[in-house]
Amino acid sequence: MIVSVASGKGGTGKTTLAVNLAAALGRKAQLLDCDVEEPNAHLFLRPEISHSRKVGTPVPLVDADRCTLCRKCAEICRFNAIAVAGRQVLVFADLCHGCGGCTLVCPEQAIAEVDRELGAIDFGTCAGPDYVGGRLRVGEAMAPPLIKQVRAAADPRRITVVDAPPGTSCPVIAAMHGADFVLLVTEPTPFGLHDLRLAVEAVRLLGIPAGLAVNRADLGDDAVFAYAEQQGLPLLMRIPFDRAIAEAYSRGQLLVDADPCWRGQFQALYRAIETLVRQGGAVPCANS
Amino acid sequence: MRELVIVSGKGGTGKTSLTAAFAALAAQNGGLALCDADVDAADLHLLTQPAIRQQTDFMGGGKALVDPDLCTGCGICRAHCRFAAISERFAVDPIRCEGCGVCVHFCPERAIAFAPQRCGQWYVSETRFGPMVHARLGVAEENSGKLVSLVRREARQVAEDRGLKLLITDGPPGIGCPVIAAVGGATALAIVVEPTVSGLHDLGRVLDLAAHFRVPGLVCVNKFDLNPEMTGAVEDLARSRNVALAGRIPFDPAFVRAMVQGQTVLEFDQADRARRAVRAVWDNIIRSPAMNPARIVDFRQTIR
Repeated sequence: MIVSVASGKGGTGKTTLAVNLAAALGRKAQLLDCDVEEPNAHLFLRPEISHSRKVGTPVPLVDADRCTLCRKCAEICRFNAIAVAGRQVLVFADLCHGCGGCTLVCPEQAIAEVDRELGAIDFGTCAGPDYVGGRLRVGEAMAPPLIKQVRAAADPRRITVVDAPPGTSCPVIAAMHGADFVLLVTEPTPFGLHDLRLAVEAVRLLGIPAGLAVNRADLGDDAVFAYAEQQGLPLLMRIPFDRAIAEAYSRGQLLVDADPCWRGQFQALYRAIETLVRQGGAVPCANS
Repeated sequence: MRELVIVSGKGGTGKTSLTAAFAALAAQNGGLALCDADVDAADLHLLTQPAIRQQTDFMGGGKALVDPDLCTGCGICRAHCRFAAISERFAVDPIRCEGCGVCVHFCPERAIAFAPQRCGQWYVSETRFGPMVHARLGVAEENSGKLVSLVRREARQVAEDRGLKLLITDGPPGIGCPVIAAVGGATALAIVVEPTVSGLHDLGRVLDLAAHFRVPGLVCVNKFDLNPEMTGAVEDLARSRNVALAGRIPFDPAFVRAMVQGQTVLEFDQADRARRAVRAVWDNIIRSPAMNPARIVDFRQTIR
C-alpha cells in the first residue's frame, strides 16, 4: 500500500500528516520523504541514518579524438544540453535530461555517459517506521529524477507513506504517480481552497483515489468543506488550530507523542484509507 | 528599477500575504509593479483581484504521440525510451513522457508525432496597487523555471515602460528549478521564515542556494511568538550568513480573516498589531542598504 500525502499549497501540514501517520503505524510502515528540495520528515522522526547513497543522472561525455563534429548529437537534443562550437563539442550538464539520445545517435560512438550528481538518499530506522529520504543537491534544478529514485528505493513489503513536495507540477506528479491513495491536506482559507482545486485536478489526471485532511480546521471559512462535499472528496481528518499543536510542531515533536489520543486517530485514518482503496475507483468526476 | 523577491524555502510561511501587504504600502509611496513567480500554485491574485488586460499562451516542448495506423510494432521506441513512457501496445503516457523526442528520431516508420504543447498561460493585469504579471502553469506540467523567468522578464519590462522604480516578486517555495529562476538577478531577497524546526532547516538550504547568486537578503520571522526560542535560532543563523534582520511579525488570525475578505492585512480593520509589525518590517526592507535606489551592489553585504 502506497499513500502519498500531497497538497497544492505549501505549509498546510503535509509533513505533519505524513510523519504522524507513519509513526502511528509503527514498524510495518516506512516514510519516504519526496520533498527533496526541503526535506523535513527527519526532523520529526529523528531516524538514525544507517547509510546514504549518492544519486546521479547520466550526462554525455564526449571523446574529442573520435568526434568528427557531425553535429548529430546537437540536432537530436531537445534541451540544448549539447552544442558544437568551433572545433569542440560543449556539454551543458545542468540542462541534460539524461535521455541518452546523443549517445545513441553518434555514428562514431564517441559519446559515453557519466553521472551528474542530483543529490542523495538517506536510509534510516527509528523507534517506529523506517525512513528513506531524498536530499536534492543545493543548486540542482531537477528534482523529479531524484524523487523517482527515492520511490524506487521503497521496500514493497511495508506500508509506504510518501511526503510529497508542494505544488502540482512535475515533482509532485513524480511523488504521486503509482500511489494507491492520495491524502490531500489543506487549510480552510482562500489560498488553501484555490490550491486544493489544482491538486484535485492532478489526482484526477492520475486516476488515483483521494481523501482530504483539513488542518487548522477552525481558522478560515467553510468554502473548503463545501467544495469537498460537492466534489465527493471524503473528509478523513480535521486537525483544529491549537497553539499547543503549533508549538509542539515548532519543536519538532510528533503529534502522536505529544497527545496519545492522536495515535488512535491516525490509526483510524489509515483504516479509512484502506476501506476507500478496497472500494476502488478514483475521485468521482463531479461537474468540475 | 529594483526588484525585491520574496522567498522562504519552506512553503506556507506567509510569502504571499506579506507580498500583498508590502504592495499596499509601496503603492502609497512611489508605486510599484507586482509579479507572481509562484506559477505552480499562484495565489497572489486572490488578494489583488487583477483585471486581466493581456493573456498569452505559454508553449512548452513537444510530447510524443504514436500514430497506430503507421506503427508496425517494431519496438525500437520502447527500447530507447528511458522514461518508461511507451506501453507494450505502443501508447505514450503523456505524464511519463519527458519530451526528449528520441523515439521520434529513431522510429523507422515516422509514426510518432511531436507537437508542442500549451502548458500554461501568462497574464498582464491591473490591480489597485499597480500592474501585475502572473501566470498559471497547467497541472502536471514541466518547464516551471522557464515560465518563472518569463513572468519576471515581462514584469520588469512593464515596470520600466511605466517608469516604476520598484518590482515586488512573490517567489515559489523550495530550492529547485523555479526558485533558481526566481532568485537570479534580484536586487535583494526578503526571506520569510517561521520559527519551527522545519523553518530553520529550510532557511539553511535556501541561504545555501542564494549564496550562489551573490544577492543580499533580509530575514523576517513570521508568527515569531509561536516559539521565541526558535525565533532566536533563526535570527542567529541569518546573522551568521550575513543576512540582515527585517523584523518580527506576531501570529495574528487577522491575516486569515483579511484573506477571506480578499484583502491585505494593511487594508483590514481590527488588525492594528499585525499592521504595525508589517509596516516596521517594510520600512526596514525598503530603507536597507541592499535596496538603495541607485542599485549599487555592495558585495560585502551579500548572503554567504
